[in-house]
Amino acid sequence: MKILSLDPRIARTELPDGSVELSPLTEFQTYEVFHQKKRGDQHEHVGIVHAPNDEMALLFAKDQYARRGVCVNLWVVKTENVIATSYDDTDIFLIAPEKIYREAGGYKVMDKINKYKGKK
Amino acid sequence: MSYDSALKNFLYRMADDHLILGHRNSEWTGLGPMLEEDLAFSNMAQDKLGQSLALYEILQSLGEQHPDTVAFTRKVAEYHCCQYVEYPIGEYDYSLIRHFLFDHAAYLRFEMLTQSSCEPLAKLAAKVKGEIKYHVMHANIWIDKLGNGNEESHRRLQTVIDNNFNLALGIFETGEDESAIINEKIFDGEQVLMEKWLSSIEPVLAKANLKLPPRIEWNPAVGGRKGNHTVHLQPLLTEMQEVFSIDPNAEW
Repeated sequence: MKILSLDPRIARTELPDGSVELSPLTEFQTYEVFHQKKRGDQHEHVGIVHAPNDEMALLFAKDQYARRGVCVNLWVVKTENVIATSYDDTDIFLIAPEKIYREAGGYKVMDKINKYKGKK
Repeated sequence: MSYDSALKNFLYRMADDHLILGHRNSEWTGLGPMLEEDLAFSNMAQDKLGQSLALYEILQSLGEQHPDTVAFTRKVAEYHCCQYVEYPIGEYDYSLIRHFLFDHAAYLRFEMLTQSSCEPLAKLAAKVKGEIKYHVMHANIWIDKLGNGNEESHRRLQTVIDNNFNLALGIFETGEDESAIINEKIFDGEQVLMEKWLSSIEPVLAKANLKLPPRIEWNPAVGGRKGNHTVHLQPLLTEMQEVFSIDPNAEW
């Protein structure tokens, strides 16, 4: 079956007739991307990119996560270098309900106050 | 040659280069070698279209027609882009080398233009310099990666450079207005730019063990600036102008 497309870019590629044998993909490693909206702010995790090396990871991160919106700095970290807890251990995060006073609820209020101040 | 017509000619060459190469490079959208690179290359193509629009707007302020009219209704011989930008995208090695060679020149050109006597142009140059700085970074990293990759990747880049360097030299084709452009301090001239360009690309290529053809073989592909184009430009224009020619008032 000839692949027909109204998109001239696709048409130009003259994709082959018949079924195409797809070989397994050899993916590049992934990097976790963190962006910073302004100096002094914390870097926030925004997503991942595939890239063959560190430099290119930064380039791709810039294109995917910093093209729109404000950004002053980017971090990329190889996903394999992230040390994480296991989901089997989720119970370690259970909080004691009677010790609710230890939760940092106050910070949430502070965020709202700062946001309001920022608007003004 | 009056200041105005020298300036206009200069702006048309630049704007047409960016429009045509931006359109060409956008042909990779959806077909790039990997998702992230597809996005990056498409973004840069879009940047180029934006830069051409900004240049056409300066032209409009000098009494030329609306940017859409200029981009979508001119005939092939009325375009003043260099021939290099009109060639089909080929394989990715071809497009990458063109991106590398053209964008180094574009970056340096805009950098020089921050000192231009044409104030709107100087302002625009200061604004877009950062954008193209990223394009150059992107190109340099690929050249390094593939030039130092394996035997095939190195050979492919070198072959593309060997076969297309004269086309790239056509970027610096001058017109009769060159001395007016320099005397009026619109721009320091194509010759100065070319020397800067060579000292900018050579270290990057050397690091990737890539070589330019020997100077004795240099023979710039000229004519584009005078409206003499290759067979590749007309089909591009037909495609680019298709919607506009069906319905000039269409909005999208």
